[in-house]
Amino acid sequence: MSPSNPIIQLTDVRRTYDVGAEQIHALDGVTAAVYENEYVAVMGHSGSGKSTLMNLLGCLDRATSGTYELSGIDTTKMSPSALAQVRNEKIGFVFQAFELLPKLSARKNVELPLIYTQNGAVGRRRRAEEALKRVGLSGRVNHRPNQLSGGEKQRVAIARALINQPAILLADEPTGNLDSKTSREILDLFSQLHQEGHTIIMVTHESDVASQAQRVVRMLDGQIVSDLPVEQDDAYQYRNGGQRL
Amino acid sequence: MKKLLFLPIRLVLMAIQNVCVALGQIWSNKVRSMLTTLGIIIGIASVSGVIGSLSGLKAKIITDFESFGLNNIYISPRQPDSGPLKHASPELIKFKPEEFEDLQAHCPSVKQMTRMSSFDAPVSRGERSIENATITCVDAAWIKIESRDVLQGRPFSLIDETQGRRVCLIDEKTRDKLNLDKECVGSLISIDNFNYRIVGLIEGAPDRAFANMGGGETFEVIIPFWSYYQEAKPWFSVIAASKTPELAADAQSEITFYLRRTRNQRPGDPDTFRVDTVGGELEQFDKIMGTITAVAGGIVGVSLLVGGIGIMNIMLVSVAERTREIGLRKAVGAKGSDILMQFLTESVVLCFVGGIAGIGLGYLITLAIRQIPNANLDQAYIPGWAIMMSLAFSAGVGIFFGVFPAFKAARLNPIEALRNE
Repeated sequence: MSPSNPIIQLTDVRRTYDVGAEQIHALDGVTAAVYENEYVAVMGHSGSGKSTLMNLLGCLDRATSGTYELSGIDTTKMSPSALAQVRNEKIGFVFQAFELLPKLSARKNVELPLIYTQNGAVGRRRRAEEALKRVGLSGRVNHRPNQLSGGEKQRVAIARALINQPAILLADEPTGNLDSKTSREILDLFSQLHQEGHTIIMVTHESDVASQAQRVVRMLDGQIVSDLPVEQDDAYQYRNGGQRL
Repeated sequence: MKKLLFLPIRLVLMAIQNVCVALGQIWSNKVRSMLTTLGIIIGIASVSGVIGSLSGLKAKIITDFESFGLNNIYISPRQPDSGPLKHASPELIKFKPEEFEDLQAHCPSVKQMTRMSSFDAPVSRGERSIENATITCVDAAWIKIESRDVLQGRPFSLIDETQGRRVCLIDEKTRDKLNLDKECVGSLISIDNFNYRIVGLIEGAPDRAFANMGGGETFEVIIPFWSYYQEAKPWFSVIAASKTPELAADAQSEITFYLRRTRNQRPGDPDTFRVDTVGGELEQFDKIMGTITAVAGGIVGVSLLVGGIGIMNIMLVSVAERTREIGLRKAVGAKGSDILMQFLTESVVLCFVGGIAGIGLGYLITLAIRQIPNANLDQAYIPGWAIMMSLAFSAGVGIFFGVFPAFKAARLNPIEALRNE
């Protein structure tokens, strides 16, 4: 895909909530594009609209107005089940709280998206084991989430996000529940995936996490206030373990 | 096209998967699932128990019916309850012996027949007497129609029949009560103050649980029809036997036709007699029993509704508990319909498992019912259709009471579901 064809193209996206008689503009005219193999960090305080943006990008929510094109297809007018299929095939989610099903083994958790895919049964087990291997958990295939450390849980979640070879990987505060050492490992894993060609969008409010990305988008009051390569962003100074350059 | 071909396979795989997930879910909440399905288990068990007992009762009564012989056709006089003959004189209704003389010649399906009249009378021999013996007046063919064995002596002959000789057959109970010799053939006994000579000893009437006329202890004395008829001119009925059980219905029509003509009934007038076959009665009985079973089963089945409400309650709890799971499943691509099917399957599996357990319990109840003494339920069994129906019904309860919670789950907003604590 050439750089002129973005994977994600947002055009004047607005998302308005009705709270009583009042209207809240969670997203107030967002226009942005993400290209293949970009690593984007979205930063902002709570209430800045970054979570709303993430839900929209993940096709869990719809814009009130404006358009969202994913791989050149307008998702704005899709039916709920078509959106479910988009989530299944094109998007990999990584959540702050991992969201693993406690009664299933690591492998079964990773297999979950395949249940909802056409021909998902084909080689399901093998694919899940491969995905676990990619995130360095070959030895933990049959462990239950409560037998895994936080970092391992997040790796399982990443393996689950990768299993359908999605167009984009959406991570919402993926290190928010982890200690700093484990956070680093997970961020290294994201960098590795980026180098392997994945497109990653990560929401965070921590500068040192954002500094790992290629590009930093800062949001305030539902609008993008800055969109710069990481080298030109304030976060860049945290790149090497929080030491100011 | 390829997609279309794979669709059924995919659906089946999906269903198997859902069932496995549901079984896993049920297994991981063993105690709760057990308590929840108790309503269904008890409901299905009571329905099976009731149907089992009624089926046993029916089987018992049918055995009784069949002991009368499926060839047999019972003909008796009857005053019509409507039409011009409603007030006809009893003399017109009453059977006359000569009306039956040509019956066999005109009814090709009839193999044999006997006129029959019975009354209670004292029987005595010397000092010993029976106050109320059952005296049955019959023709020679009776013994074959009733398929009774002659233990000693001989049955009635045609001469006994046509001449109305004062001879009799008795059963062992009568013999012993009268204190006769074991070899009683040839002895004289007094029936209603007439002397009769015993020509044969016959076996007792078959033991019937429900259809034993009169009940209690009966002493049987059989005498030739004419020997009594010429004295008393009583009302009597007729038993005919068809050549085969299959011909019973034909014989019934032939006899009806013959009797209407012989008794000079005008077309359109109701019959002044009735002709019943055991098969016909059996059909009637079968219908009645079917209705009783359906009504009783239905009433007991109401308890399944209570069980169903329990299922709905626990499914709602399950949906609430697993809100985050539902949110996640939706985030990784589950459609509303996938979630709907998952929870619906869980509810159906829960009820189905309960249904199977209920049938098992119902079977045990049926086994216990069989042991009840003197209840005549020793043939109690749960028929196959009842098992199938119970399973189908419990699955139905699962669907009916699972739809609402499953819809609730399917309609959850994934963003809010994932935010749920």
